Amino acid sequence: MQEPAITEELIAAHGLKPDEYARILDIMGREPTFTELGIFSAMWNEHCSYKSSKRWLRTLPTTGPQVICGPGENAGIVDIGDNQAVVFKMESHNHPSYIEPYQGAATGVGGILRDVFTMGARPVAAMNSLSFGEITHPKTRQLVNGVVEGIGGYGNCFGVPTVGGEVRFHAAYNGNCLVNAFAAGLVDADKIFYSAASGVGMPVVYLGAKTGRDGVGGATMASAEFDESIEEKRPTVQVGDPFTEKRLMEATLELMATGAVISIQDMGAAGLTCSAVEMGDKGGLGVKLHLERVPQREEGMTAYEMMLSESQERMLMVLRPEKEEEARAVFDKWDLDFAIVGETIPEDRFLILHNNVVKADLPLATLSGSAPEYDRPWVETPAPEPLPDLPGIDPVDGLRALISSPNYAAKQWVYDQYDSMVMADTVRGPGLGAGIIRIHGTDKKLAFTSDVTPRYVRANPFEGGKQAVAEAFRNLCAMGAKPLASTDNLNFGNPEKPEIMGQFVGAIKGIGAAVSALDMPIVSGNVSLYNETDGQGILPTPTIGAVGLIAADEEPIIGEVRDGHVAVLVGETSGHLGQSALLHEVFNREDGDAPHVDLDAERRNGDFIRANRELIKACTDLSDGGLALAAFEMAESAGVGVYLDTADTATLFGEDQARYLVACNFDQAEALMIAAGRAGVPISSVGRFTGSTVRFGRSEAPLSELAEIYRSSFAAALA
Amino acid sequence: MRAAVIVFPGSNCDRDLKVAFERAGFSVDMVWHKDTSMPDGIDIVGVPGGFSFGDYLRCGAIAANSPICRAVIDHASRGGYVLGICNGFQVLTETGILPGALRRNAGLKYICRTVGLKVETADSAFTSGYQAGQEIMIPIAHHDGNYFADEGTLARLRDADRIAFSYLDNPNGSVADIAGVLSDNRRVLGMMPHPERAADAGHGGSDGAAMFRALASQFAMA
Repeated sequence: MQEPAITEELIAAHGLKPDEYARILDIMGREPTFTELGIFSAMWNEHCSYKSSKRWLRTLPTTGPQVICGPGENAGIVDIGDNQAVVFKMESHNHPSYIEPYQGAATGVGGILRDVFTMGARPVAAMNSLSFGEITHPKTRQLVNGVVEGIGGYGNCFGVPTVGGEVRFHAAYNGNCLVNAFAAGLVDADKIFYSAASGVGMPVVYLGAKTGRDGVGGATMASAEFDESIEEKRPTVQVGDPFTEKRLMEATLELMATGAVISIQDMGAAGLTCSAVEMGDKGGLGVKLHLERVPQREEGMTAYEMMLSESQERMLMVLRPEKEEEARAVFDKWDLDFAIVGETIPEDRFLILHNNVVKADLPLATLSGSAPEYDRPWVETPAPEPLPDLPGIDPVDGLRALISSPNYAAKQWVYDQYDSMVMADTVRGPGLGAGIIRIHGTDKKLAFTSDVTPRYVRANPFEGGKQAVAEAFRNLCAMGAKPLASTDNLNFGNPEKPEIMGQFVGAIKGIGAAVSALDMPIVSGNVSLYNETDGQGILPTPTIGAVGLIAADEEPIIGEVRDGHVAVLVGETSGHLGQSALLHEVFNREDGDAPHVDLDAERRNGDFIRANRELIKACTDLSDGGLALAAFEMAESAGVGVYLDTADTATLFGEDQARYLVACNFDQAEALMIAAGRAGVPISSVGRFTGSTVRFGRSEAPLSELAEIYRSSFAAALA
Repeated sequence: MRAAVIVFPGSNCDRDLKVAFERAGFSVDMVWHKDTSMPDGIDIVGVPGGFSFGDYLRCGAIAANSPICRAVIDHASRGGYVLGICNGFQVLTETGILPGALRRNAGLKYICRTVGLKVETADSAFTSGYQAGQEIMIPIAHHDGNYFADEGTLARLRDADRIAFSYLDNPNGSVADIAGVLSDNRRVLGMMPHPERAADAGHGGSDGAAMFRALASQFAMA
């Protein structure tokens, strides 16, 4: 078939800027073929090349004695002792999920699971952080339904428990929802697989599902803003098949055990192109592919389509040739395709043949290493105006407003749709704080959380970035888990706008400061830019996923609140209401500064909670909604009322950081106070869990009435 | 004491069921769906939860026609014990070993949560560790757990005391709140809830453990 001529329109349609195309001409010394142009566009788009963000990502702390593998591989890897390691990453699937919510979200889950098992790890936990537009926006309900069903449809069938996550609603996401999927797996520390190819003349093997035309140009689509032509982009969304993914995982892990695998890489964004180039580049080798050998789902596929297809559930592997029969038998057993499609070659060359016709002939290392990199201009986000005085409110009315908002109501409607218990090692499922699983066959446990407060980041990117990490740290400490490391999923608008780039830079600086102070290095991550529609950007949303460890001889803090328990507040309260949930939900305003995060206090208070776990029955971190919402959630989950001494709005709803609410008996509370005095940790008794009412000062309501609101509001809002 | 656990390519509760059997003292053979016979000396066959062949067609329909299911049917028809959980229950109804069918949940959504069950009969090797009428907490996790049987079948199930478990608060629209049923000879149990997910203290509830213990004592005596 005749390939189209290279025109200015064609170049622009591939998302390549004129200066980027000039660079291609410079590298090639000739005009690229159509297939070559496609390959460049796949490698150089924002999604794959990180060209706007790389300069700043390099500033993040990524190392530590616990880190086995930092960013740059399919996922990050952290040592958890006993020759075990946890492999994890979070990745966005925002653009496709907005266009086609079920498949977009499903394949987001599929992609992140593949990243984990490509490294030799069996996935053991998933989470997802979701941001939608206002619940009243005409598109929101359909998006929520589709995304939640898609996540469940894929993860439930694959068989990984979903143990945590977030769901938020805000008008800034009306035109762009966010779907950030996290997965974690376990691997023996001496059996990790990487992507760097080695050895010349080694067979390059294609594994898994067949290649179709779905997702052609997906990564390029995900690197652009949306406008009224969005419907035309539907064919760029991939279609997921969790049953094939499950088989691919089992077959891949079985294959790895045979010793046949030299290196392996999943086919994600930009499919065959990206995976082959990455394996070759990391190994300092060239790659030759014969496309007619690629298992194809459709007839008459061109080289261009095969190189850019984002069909799911596929892997590329460099094989030890003497193990070919053994490897093939594994894939036959699981009824999956296994095809030798090429070989590693000594020269720096990415050579694509289709029926013996050269379709692309590119310098491989240059293709990978010379992607453009931009130092985008940015402006510092202006300091927010201080918050004016607010009228007082009845505190229980304030609570009622929060818990009737889908942002703070119970999310059972969502979490019931995810299998949170498959693998039979779930200790704590999603809903309240971090999720916890047992490490199979041991008494060790892992805790998982994902956090960010986008309102804070918009008001003050630096403090907001710090806060996302600090809240993740707190959520882990509140369960008694030692925070180990983090993954960042950075969702922003158009980086070509200096204000947006300023948000990005500020947030990165904040995240860097916090992960350094809290010893939670970033080991993997993903950047999603251009989350804009018709020029309107999302709230800056740098989601932090974090993993913590509970040692075999430690108990997690997962006891239940009992009638008579004392409510003890750990940390300092000043009543910061700027950018608070109360301000947004009750006063319908989003002003003031974000709360500032004292990282020393975070560390000290978190360490204090973990060190004194035997004095604590139940614990929750204070975040959105402050003391009032935390106290209510603890009370509600146990079916016991709560009485707090104060009725002061700022004390109840302020969102000062580094705080925890603890429930324990009187003797334990006394001992905790003494320990806090010694550790220099601010602590105070603020009330009691008792009876069947929620009472703040003199304002009260029956727990049952509030629980009904809390339990039913989310489903009601979606009905 | 030996149990076999069937492994379809999309089974995902196979390991969980194996662990629950092992914890009760069984040794467990994992049996691949392409096998045509059961290992010798098997006391009970477990058909686990999951999505046997993706369940893109009717749940369990393709699995019911897999080579190993011939052997499961033979095992059952010789009076062997079979426990089908969730997708395993769907497979057993598809093979005709158990009556009825499992339709999409009445609410049309997947549901995963721990629910209350009533033990309807203690008269089986599976339920002898419970008292009839006892209430237990066991997780469910399914999209198609809405049990249906026609009036005649229901009457037969009731008359023969073959309803093993019912839901206290019906989550999925099952007829007569049925969560699990026994075969005619009481040696095959199919149930949607997952006792293997409530089988040790670490699960936050261990009401399912009594089923595996009861089975173990049955075969220990045999």
